[in-house]
Amino acid sequence: MCGIAGLIHRGKSSNVGSELQGMLQALKHRGEDSTGYALYGDTDGKNFIMRFKVGENVGEGSSSIMEDVSVYDERKKIVDQTLSEMGAKIVKEERTLPYSLRYELEYNAKDLLEFSQKVESIPGVEILSMGKSLEVIKDLGNAKMVCDRYSLDKLVGTHAIGHARMATESGVDIKSAHPFWGYPFSDVSVVHNGQLTNYWNNRRILENKGMRFMSECDSELIAVYIAQKMREGASLQEGMKDSLTGLDGVFTYFVATKNSLGMAKDTMAAKPLVLYESDDLVAMGSEEIAIRSVLPQEIDTYDPFDGEVKVWEI
Amino acid sequence: MGNLKTTEKKSKAQSMGMHTEVLTGRTQQKFFNPDEAENFYYFGTYDVDFNKRTDLDVLNMSAPEANKEIDNLMSQGYGTIVIKNPQGKHSLGVGILNKLNLIFEGSLGYFGMGSCDGPIVRINGRVGWSCAENLMAGKVVIEKNAGSCFGAAIRGGDLICKGSVGARTGIDMKGGTIIIGGDAGAFTGFMMQRGRIIILGDVGINLGDSMYDGTIFVGGEIGSYGSDAVDSELTSSDQDWLRRKLKVAEIGENFDLSKMKKIVAGKKLWNYDNLEPTEKKGAI
Repeated sequence: MCGIAGLIHRGKSSNVGSELQGMLQALKHRGEDSTGYALYGDTDGKNFIMRFKVGENVGEGSSSIMEDVSVYDERKKIVDQTLSEMGAKIVKEERTLPYSLRYELEYNAKDLLEFSQKVESIPGVEILSMGKSLEVIKDLGNAKMVCDRYSLDKLVGTHAIGHARMATESGVDIKSAHPFWGYPFSDVSVVHNGQLTNYWNNRRILENKGMRFMSECDSELIAVYIAQKMREGASLQEGMKDSLTGLDGVFTYFVATKNSLGMAKDTMAAKPLVLYESDDLVAMGSEEIAIRSVLPQEIDTYDPFDGEVKVWEI
Repeated sequence: MGNLKTTEKKSKAQSMGMHTEVLTGRTQQKFFNPDEAENFYYFGTYDVDFNKRTDLDVLNMSAPEANKEIDNLMSQGYGTIVIKNPQGKHSLGVGILNKLNLIFEGSLGYFGMGSCDGPIVRINGRVGWSCAENLMAGKVVIEKNAGSCFGAAIRGGDLICKGSVGARTGIDMKGGTIIIGGDAGAFTGFMMQRGRIIILGDVGINLGDSMYDGTIFVGGEIGSYGSDAVDSELTSSDQDWLRRKLKVAEIGENFDLSKMKKIVAGKKLWNYDNLEPTEKKGAI
């Protein structure tokens, strides 16, 4: 089933970590195999924030294996060395869990493709997000468990998207959890509720164009698909509109960038989405109770129609 | 159930033109008995007084707790119940087989007012997916918007949404009337078998797809027609009926009914298995 939620404050910042936690926790009955957050925090915009993992948290049906912490330490050393070789200076380092790290990097690069390819060429290492504002945090368990584990409730920012996952198409692990980073684009993230039926066809085409897939989760295709469209010169909205015909199956998904948040719904309108829109806030989720967690008062909400694409700026 | 198959009851109901079906074999056939019309109550229903009114705050209740409390209040004779703080909870007000005035001060989540028979309901908010699914009789009015599968498989009653609704409104409906004040999404009237849908606004793609029977009236633009949905002539009696229904629904007071489009089943998909392959292709 899965549940998705997102919100964007326009013209101000708020405690989006706590707000998204409340929204996703309200949707936990839609799946609590894993939960993921893509948070767009208030930063000075100078340094890159890289969230990455050097190992897996393995659940049911995962193709990954649990490894010893010493293996993670070894991988971290190689990552540090690789970053140094590429001229990226680690300004701040946080290791929340043995396999999960957050680096603030001083690095000058226009294209993150080469950077990402080098970092991810280290076996067992995956970049969860890279950007000047975006931080993707995902792990096994429901929204509150992940929020508590990573201390996300104090994060202040402008917008956020998240996902409560019931694993159906692939195993329970971090690599298959949402949100997906729009590799190799800075600050692009995606969450999806639904099922894509032309995943393998599209994956083959995109891999031939040099795009990378880290999991076998069909939802990852959306992030890669949109990223490829943007790489070819399309705007976010154009890429999303194109996906309505390029992607086959049923879906409702959100895409976020540094300054915007968008939603798209397939032409069958088979997956739910409830939307609240005002001048200073847009909040949306698979069910109204997600919105109610941030707006308990009586408000006007609606379901976007089939084939609808909307994008909001901060 | 045994004595319900008697010839006498069959002929009486059939002579009133209520149905023509004669089911055989192991099928359980329960016909309406006109003699019992005024005395019929479901097991476990209550004699309530509409003037006896109370409030019920469900903020800290789960849906089963809230529904149980509604039942408890009806057992005490309350005929008008106002539900406070529904907060988008799912499955509120389901399975009410009683005469009752029920008012929700707020929005409902999924499956609100499902499988009901008889209550008069006003929801001063929005409803999620599958509102009033399987409604048998009564009236449900939604003041704001509604989600997808609005009025799925309803058998009777009036289901009114003053705002817009999502996709697949009236899917598989077998009777009753659905009235939409705003727009409706894709696949409205999908596989409907009987009953009527009125949409004052625009409607999405595949309207009336694979409908067996029934009628859809559309006041605005139609995205596209579904398989076997065709236009039909809007008669003066149709307009009279629409006028009466919209008055009851308290919407569309100044709507120009002569501009309504009437869509019915082309019935080419009927007896589908008997068609030749080339005919099947033509029907689709």
